[in-house]
Amino acid sequence: MNKIYSINGPVVKVRDTKDFQMLEMVYVGNRRLIGEVIGVTSEYTTIQVYEGTSGLNVGEPVETTGAPMSATLGPGIISNMFDGIERPLKVLGEKTGAFIEDGTEVTAIDTQKEYDVTLTVKVGDVLHAGEVYATCPETALIEHRCMLSPFVKQGIVTYVAGNGKYKVNDVVVKLDCDGEETELTLCQTWPIRTARPIAKRLPPDRPLITGQRIIDTIVPVAKGGAAAIPGGFGTGKTMTQHQLAKWCDADIIVYIGCGERGNEMTQVLKEFSELIDPKTNRPLTDRTVLIANTSNMPVAAREASIYTGITLAEYYRDMGYHIAIMADSTSRWAEALREISGRLEEMPAEEGFPAYLPSRLSEFYERAGYVNTLSGKEGSVTIIGAVSPQGSDFSEPVTQNTKRFVRTFWALDKSLAYARHYPAINWTMSYSEYSDDLSDYYNRNVAPDFMQLRQQISSLLHEEANLMEIVKLMGADVLPDDQKILIETARVVRVGFLQQNAYHADDTYVPLKKQYLMMKAILLLHSKAKEAIARKVPMSSIIGTGWFEKLIKVKYDIPNNKPQMFDEYEAQMTSDFAALVSAV
Amino acid sequence: MSMKYIGLSEINGPLVVLDKVSGVSFDEIAKIRLDDGSERLARVVELAGDKAVLQVFEGTKGLSLKNTQTQFRGRPMELALSTEMLGRVFSGSGKPIDGLGDIFPQKYADINGKPLNPVHRTYPRNYINTGISSIDALVTLIRGQKLPIFSGSGLSHNKLAVQIVRQAKIAKDNGQEFAVVFGAMGVQNDVAEFFRRSFEETGVLQKVVMFLNLSNDPIIERILTPRCALTAAEYLAFEHNMHILVILTDMTSYAEALREFSSSKGEIPGRKGYPGYLYSDLASLYERAGIIEGSQGSVTQIPILTMPNDDITHPVPDLTGYITEGQIVLDRGLDQMGVYPPVSVLPSLSRLMKDGIGEGFTRKDHSAVSNQLFASYAKVQDARALASVIGEEELSAQDKTYIRFGKLFEENFLTQSFSEDRTIDETLDLGWLLLSTLPKSELDRVSKGDIELYYDDKKAALRFDL
Repeated sequence: MNKIYSINGPVVKVRDTKDFQMLEMVYVGNRRLIGEVIGVTSEYTTIQVYEGTSGLNVGEPVETTGAPMSATLGPGIISNMFDGIERPLKVLGEKTGAFIEDGTEVTAIDTQKEYDVTLTVKVGDVLHAGEVYATCPETALIEHRCMLSPFVKQGIVTYVAGNGKYKVNDVVVKLDCDGEETELTLCQTWPIRTARPIAKRLPPDRPLITGQRIIDTIVPVAKGGAAAIPGGFGTGKTMTQHQLAKWCDADIIVYIGCGERGNEMTQVLKEFSELIDPKTNRPLTDRTVLIANTSNMPVAAREASIYTGITLAEYYRDMGYHIAIMADSTSRWAEALREISGRLEEMPAEEGFPAYLPSRLSEFYERAGYVNTLSGKEGSVTIIGAVSPQGSDFSEPVTQNTKRFVRTFWALDKSLAYARHYPAINWTMSYSEYSDDLSDYYNRNVAPDFMQLRQQISSLLHEEANLMEIVKLMGADVLPDDQKILIETARVVRVGFLQQNAYHADDTYVPLKKQYLMMKAILLLHSKAKEAIARKVPMSSIIGTGWFEKLIKVKYDIPNNKPQMFDEYEAQMTSDFAALVSAV
Repeated sequence: MSMKYIGLSEINGPLVVLDKVSGVSFDEIAKIRLDDGSERLARVVELAGDKAVLQVFEGTKGLSLKNTQTQFRGRPMELALSTEMLGRVFSGSGKPIDGLGDIFPQKYADINGKPLNPVHRTYPRNYINTGISSIDALVTLIRGQKLPIFSGSGLSHNKLAVQIVRQAKIAKDNGQEFAVVFGAMGVQNDVAEFFRRSFEETGVLQKVVMFLNLSNDPIIERILTPRCALTAAEYLAFEHNMHILVILTDMTSYAEALREFSSSKGEIPGRKGYPGYLYSDLASLYERAGIIEGSQGSVTQIPILTMPNDDITHPVPDLTGYITEGQIVLDRGLDQMGVYPPVSVLPSLSRLMKDGIGEGFTRKDHSAVSNQLFASYAKVQDARALASVIGEEELSAQDKTYIRFGKLFEENFLTQSFSEDRTIDETLDLGWLLLSTLPKSELDRVSKGDIELYYDDKKAALRFDL
């Protein structure tokens, strides 16, 4: 029996043993705390413990399991809330009360619940890795598809249970794999640190539609892409993630609260069960998985929570679903890495972070993708990671390294947040490398000149930023009239278009068509106003038409389901300006 | 666990090392008895083979390698709890120091607490009326929230905290009891005395539990102080259904104590020498606020921290801001202009206010008014920046109205006296009056209906002498 030799916070060492494998899951101490082997030398085996080590004794046993840290995958995951190592918090609560005790063993998914299972194979069929052998309704929205684990290459079906009610551990199919019998239940396990295999990656040419104007129009993210939201505290990272989780057009949301606030997780849980998805008329929890490692839960489990989350996402992707992962916040995960690394007395690189920080980050973000699954379906995992830069300084290591591995960057700006301009995404610092890949989609599905208008809006904002340099030094009065018009239009873009009210029934989600029409109306106003200036119409009468204010309020005044009202607006605007010009 | 270990094998700062120990568990508490009969408490912070590293809370002064006897207690640090604690004063490690003798404990609890299962939390929604306009309107305090005050040395954070305690109508409904738990870490005697006196004058002293670790008290004891305070708070809130307001001051001293401990343990430092686990450690304190499903009580936290050099990006305020549900930032410039409370509006934030205000809580227009005040005051800053370059005379008429709005806002809205207790209606009406000094077209965050209802430029002109 292996015994604990030393204890330092979450790090435990065992001496003089050759029994352990790297990254194997172990049980530590008499209370059987869950741990993972993170270092093996001839002298010491180092273990990180996912639960509090308070009260642990030197000399208590350490038990091997021979298997890596794995997630249990099967029906019952959706609409559940787990901790960082896939223990359902509700069940934990039933066992230990409102406060979480260490060493509580529970199963990840409910083993007693019965599902209506439909078998999709028959005796004699050849089943390949990743192919579906049974389906069952998991929630009202999600059909669960049980697939042959990628660990099994292929096999011939020798037994099929009839359709009916089964629990997750009931054997429903038996396979003959080269003479060896394999029993298939409704669930499987997968090591969380290994990406699940796929057949082929596809180009990311479909956007993740979020209904948030600045995201969809200006800095879009593709389905299967990776995006980062860095921002200091109070700039609205969590708010933005909540909005995306509520409205984006993914089939399933995996929300990882990594080292964040407990009240926030409670809020997500409550809000999502109350919010009804307009497309399906079901509460959002029917398509959401929550993983909560709040900031006072053990730090090692925080490190694991990100991997648990992405493994669940990949599993559903393999069934042919589109998944969006909200990871809030990856900085806490990086800090967990730093904390463990410090306890191991590893040589630190930048700011005390371990030298392997970039490689861990890239491994994580690379698990995003739009793919052909092993069974030939299309599915995707989109990762949206919040970053909490220390001191709001974007040059710190986590932000900088994240920037290298994501292609969409939504920089949150303190000064916008101070002015309560939400979402506080700074349009000059943010970028999306997907916009070229996605231009076809927008031009085909929304309007042929969508990308062109988007470009015009971006240039307007860019020119405004340049002019503001002058205005800051000399005041707006010194500008010539045509530049004043530009500043006015840019204001309409900022306040009327980019700023979006998450608490307004219509404005919280805006369809692409309306986004396009809003852009078009603003640009029409700009060209009309410029034309009027050229015809010597005084600035004051142009402002006096009230069109600038009117377009700022257009997001509230024209409901999402009445896009035809934009035609009336445009006609009215054209005639108002014609009257102005003829009056001169 | 009656085995006594004679002597020590090493002393290093606040840490001592014992050799050839057995049966010792991680995080356990030990009692070190000196030859002169005095006793100190220590905690196991590292175990390796038969060697144990202990952290001595009262410091290692006077300890030698052979004048001690160490006895392990077999339990982590526990605090004796009882409702008798109300009105009493304890040391930073939970010993009574008011000369009234030990309390008769109803139970003992591990001071480290346990993480609260998010499934069992109740999302906080009831707002606390503090009677302070800047807080009620713009950074509304919610029962069960953790809302720190970011301050600087010499600013009036203590006064503000006292005013909040005095005016907070935290227990106005359900007839529930309300109490204050006060934890002082490394503050001067005067400051602790100021709080004590103020509680006395307010008549709440019998409802206050004080844990004092003053600036001349042992530094390592400071690591225990907030944990003791929060353990007492949780006990009173969740087992005796009281509404508890916890004031912790000064979190910066706490973090410095942690840094000292970490460096003497030889840990790899993170930013500014603070240990890499500062975030987790602070979180283990701040997260102990909230409401448990099924319990009538609540724990609301107002930690106070002084930003070294008024720098909000310093690790302590920075990490705090990432954990807490907003922050109230005090500003030296406003303080020097005689504004009390000197709340710097723009960086201040309450994350929970959005669900705790509006119809049924405060007033329907609350959210719109506060957004508009924020947005308009942000423009004041731009106008002031411009004025500092080109002079106020050269500003456009619009910028001038903003400058005027800014001045009126600071003088009438932010400023209120230490004894002034404004109702939420008074505060919001005052907000509207100030907004009425701006042209209607500038108000883009409020609805037309609200403008018609509340906008009154004539009244504003009369009130502010325009």
